[in-house]
Amino acid sequence: MSVIKLVNLVKEFDEKVVTNGVDLEIPKGSMVCIIGRSGEGKSVLLKQIIGLIKPTSGQVIIDGTDITGMSDLELQDIFKKFGYVFQFAALLDSLNIFENVGITLLENHISKEEALPIVKEKLAMVNLAEEVLYKYPAELSGGMRKRVGLARTLVTNPSIILYDEPTTGLDPITARIVFELMYNMQQQIHATSVIISHDVEIFKYVDFVAMLHEGKIQYFGPADTIWESDNPYIYQFIRGLSKGPIQQEITHRSGRER
Amino acid sequence: MVAWLVSQIGHHAVQACNLIGDFALFLIRALLTLFTTKLKVSKLLNQMERIGVNSLLIVVLTGTFTGMVLALQSHIGFSRFGAEEFIGTVVALSMTRELGPVLTGLMVTGRAGSSIAAELGTMRITEQIDALKTLRIDTFQYLVVPRLLASIIVLPFLSLLSTLCGIIGGYVISVNVLGLNGDDYTSGISEYLELSDITGGLVKAAVFGLILAWVGAYKGYRTTGGARGVGLSTTKSVVLASIFILISNYFLATALF
Repeated sequence: MSVIKLVNLVKEFDEKVVTNGVDLEIPKGSMVCIIGRSGEGKSVLLKQIIGLIKPTSGQVIIDGTDITGMSDLELQDIFKKFGYVFQFAALLDSLNIFENVGITLLENHISKEEALPIVKEKLAMVNLAEEVLYKYPAELSGGMRKRVGLARTLVTNPSIILYDEPTTGLDPITARIVFELMYNMQQQIHATSVIISHDVEIFKYVDFVAMLHEGKIQYFGPADTIWESDNPYIYQFIRGLSKGPIQQEITHRSGRER
Repeated sequence: MVAWLVSQIGHHAVQACNLIGDFALFLIRALLTLFTTKLKVSKLLNQMERIGVNSLLIVVLTGTFTGMVLALQSHIGFSRFGAEEFIGTVVALSMTRELGPVLTGLMVTGRAGSSIAAELGTMRITEQIDALKTLRIDTFQYLVVPRLLASIIVLPFLSLLSTLCGIIGGYVISVNVLGLNGDDYTSGISEYLELSDITGGLVKAAVFGLILAWVGAYKGYRTTGGARGVGLSTTKSVVLASIFILISNYFLATALF
């Protein structure tokens, strides 16, 4: 059963078409990675799934509910299901880590004393020590900030977690730690996870891979057999080859621009 | 050519209408949030400190020197027909009804209005506002309403302070530099300054507080285009709020006095 269903999703910004008829179904409880070149609209696709960006046409169906035309107020119920880990964590600069992670509790009139053990528990889940509690985001490394972002998401007990390039800007070791963390998290809470990434290392941890190219899903299949795929886009992309259909289009585009 | 011209005019007219509509809806949503949700007092006090307390120095300086120069210039005119005893009245009325509220509004716009636009703009481009939405936090209640309300509350106090400083500055110049009698200065004020002059000035200041926070929050909240976008939003918020303050000042003066 699919928990997220995208039907012919189109998003245009002025005259630029970013997603051009995306059809995708994400099974419940699975980890799905969306890959694609930079600027292909992967983050825009993710934001359309959660309702932060309204599609120009098409449908976004979450747990059987079409959220496409919902107002901000109506989306509040949908947000309850979601956790969103932003590319650069999007922590609030003016709040310390305790306040950042516990923000949903503190804003819902839960006292600091009551929120503290919950925040500590979530920080422990992402392998962060209590020492970071009263530090500010600017005092943490990029990897730690991303883990704090994940801990903040976990406070809401989401059933769907969206990760927007969780390892961008991280060294390979830290990136692997983050992937393992996401995988272990998945085993613990059994959420449905959608991850945007350029890193082929992630194929070891996810169930399915989808490739977004030219605004459409060009490939969707199991991650464990992706290296045997003969899809020309996948073949070229995951091996980082300079020759193939993707490169030809780059040359074609630049030729046309000239 | 004519068709192109008409289409361009139409396009810009539609854009302008959209902008005005969005601007008005932003305020309506903020006011609805203010009256329908519970405000966190700590956030309000924090914003009152940032907008009010941190603006004290520039407001005091602006008020004092404006009052001083007003006394100096009035003396030049009034001394030609022997009406120096009215300098205090002119300084007090000018500061209370016009210069106190307007200069305070403009100075706080430059200091706090720009800061509101820059802060919310940065939060927008670094996805902090999106993050709040996904965490089911009402961004208007969390970000906009405390700034709007704090600005409306503190501006009258700042305006009053600016006015007082202006009157005192005028007194210091009149007595110590121009050699006038201090009693002439103060008796004119107590004789001609009415309560409606003071309340009118305070109402004006509260409206200017609403304008500067509304424009700053709107421009910041709707920021696009990275760091350059934040810079543009900040500049536009100061320019727009200053123009709105000056235009609304005329209509408020007509309506209140």
